[in-house]
Amino acid sequence: MIRSRTLEEKLGSLYRAGGRIVGGVYLGRGQEAFSAAAGIHLRWDKDVYGPLIRDQAGRIAFGEPLIDSLRTYLGVVTGPMRGRDGNIHRGQPKHGYMAMISHLGSLLSVVAGALFARRIKGTLGDSAGATSIGDGGTSTGAFHEGLNMAAVEKLPLVVSIANNQYAYSTPTSRQYACENLVDRAHGYGIEGHSVDGTDLLACVKVYRTAFERARVGHGPQMVVGRLLRLGGHGEHDDASYIPESMKKIHESRDCLTVAQQQALDLGWTTQAELEAWHKQARQEVDQATSQVLKEPTPDPYRETWQALSTTSLVEGNEG
Amino acid sequence: MSSITYLEAIREAQYEALRTNPDVFLYGQDINAFGGAFKATKNLGREFPGRVFDSPISEDAMIGMAVGAAVEGARPIIEMQFADFSSVGFNQIVNQAATLYWRTQTPCPITIRLPSGGTAGSGPFHSQSMESIYAHYPGLVILTPATVEDAYWMLLDSVKLDDPVIFCEHKFLYYHLKADDFGQAMPIGKARIARPGRDATVVTYSAMLHESLKAAEELRLDGYEVEVVDLRSVKPMDTDTILASVARTGRLLVVGESFPWGGATAEVVARVASEAFHLLDAPPLRLNSKDTPIPYHPNLWKSHRPTTASISAELRKLLRY
Repeated sequence: MIRSRTLEEKLGSLYRAGGRIVGGVYLGRGQEAFSAAAGIHLRWDKDVYGPLIRDQAGRIAFGEPLIDSLRTYLGVVTGPMRGRDGNIHRGQPKHGYMAMISHLGSLLSVVAGALFARRIKGTLGDSAGATSIGDGGTSTGAFHEGLNMAAVEKLPLVVSIANNQYAYSTPTSRQYACENLVDRAHGYGIEGHSVDGTDLLACVKVYRTAFERARVGHGPQMVVGRLLRLGGHGEHDDASYIPESMKKIHESRDCLTVAQQQALDLGWTTQAELEAWHKQARQEVDQATSQVLKEPTPDPYRETWQALSTTSLVEGNEG
Repeated sequence: MSSITYLEAIREAQYEALRTNPDVFLYGQDINAFGGAFKATKNLGREFPGRVFDSPISEDAMIGMAVGAAVEGARPIIEMQFADFSSVGFNQIVNQAATLYWRTQTPCPITIRLPSGGTAGSGPFHSQSMESIYAHYPGLVILTPATVEDAYWMLLDSVKLDDPVIFCEHKFLYYHLKADDFGQAMPIGKARIARPGRDATVVTYSAMLHESLKAAEELRLDGYEVEVVDLRSVKPMDTDTILASVARTGRLLVVGESFPWGGATAEVVARVASEAFHLLDAPPLRLNSKDTPIPYHPNLWKSHRPTTASISAELRKLLRY
């Protein structure tokens, strides 16, 4: 969480400084606890993870090198997307790390498909999948189709719904008419869990149960976290549509502050150690940033401009 | 005696793919015990237990699932019950499957079977030809087999390709088109001279090949030798074979069953006009369906799509110029 917050602060300041980051910056401030609590239950190369826009913390917890985020935002060729795609649209599918597209809900069936293929091949073992969505994304047909299919196949899939009250500027009252999103789990024939998304310990506990149950064959698990994103949809957005009173309540429940207090109260760490972690994170982020700023950006003359992997079928390459 | 139908070729190709490659599985609506709406997967579920799955009516999730499975090294064949319904899975096809390799260098070996094109009485939503829509997007291979041989070999090749293939199989050919055997495989991406000629070239594909061949035969009675080129694959498009034919004949008519605005036929005309304008003795012509939804009643349907009669009429216009 600390590394995620520190990295995202850097991304925000790079965006505001202008120049190097093209396109938007989409941050997970306020959602780190809910995201990281899922990510720590996932194993790189063993499980399947399809994170979404506000999952920087989950991505780090899953095992993505922090520098890959910077590389993708800056579009350098050393990054996983090599300048062909940017910001949060990144992944390494060969390692079970799916790269989201912008169309909400559509990643769910992809993660499910990876698990389905493993089951057919007999390689599923105790692996699980996880993917994330917001309250807005639950309104898509793709989300419904994917979750229903995963439920029919009883796949070991954990679906995180970060109910952050606003889909861009649209409040939940214009998004759904049911009382609680988690009630939908019953309709899909899957298990549902609800948690205060600003409470790290509660999130870890809920995800531990959800992943355990998914891995032993209880089918998809829906985890709904109540929280508020502490910022705009992207850094271009001042979130003026969120009432000040609501912002104040949630700023005082910043999940990072809550988590640090929890760790202190339980005697897991000390104030001095926390400060050291923050300092370490800042050094790591600064070092990564200065490295990435020196790395090469893509050269259109060296780009293959080839959308197919079969070179002989690329028009003009028939030989 | 011809005994193998176009539909049986598609079933046999899937049988062969399942038999020879353990990574292949089939996923689609009603395809397991029921054998599919057209019986293209008849008995395959029984012969390959655990490899043929009924899906929910969820075209979006079906394609998304295939992409995820492909990432894991599987080679799924997805049956859309009708090509028309692939519009529900359109996003997953053009944005998820078609971009995966370019974005992540992860190949996406999925085959999407689209039972395509019109048959009498099928109406607006069970008759569509989608090849032009999908050909517009980078990252997809669009195949349009017109013969029993191509239905078999091109489907087998599709499964072997490391890229997403939109396999447009024509429902009108399912039962009526027959061959003695599967013949010889021709490579994907190469067009075929289906009938040699010297007076005009018809470039076409899928079911329109057979209407065009009949039209060419009609014109023969008037003393014209019309060359007919079967594109076989809309994308990639074999421009060289098209240009070579136009160089021989000097006249071009392009026939397709899909809607007239833009599309595969327009692409052929554009390529010939820009690369071989000097070879043309007459303005190149296109013939597509009419620009309305596909009608239900056979009286209307027969006038909506190109037919032997309408192709012959266009050819006469082209030859008179």
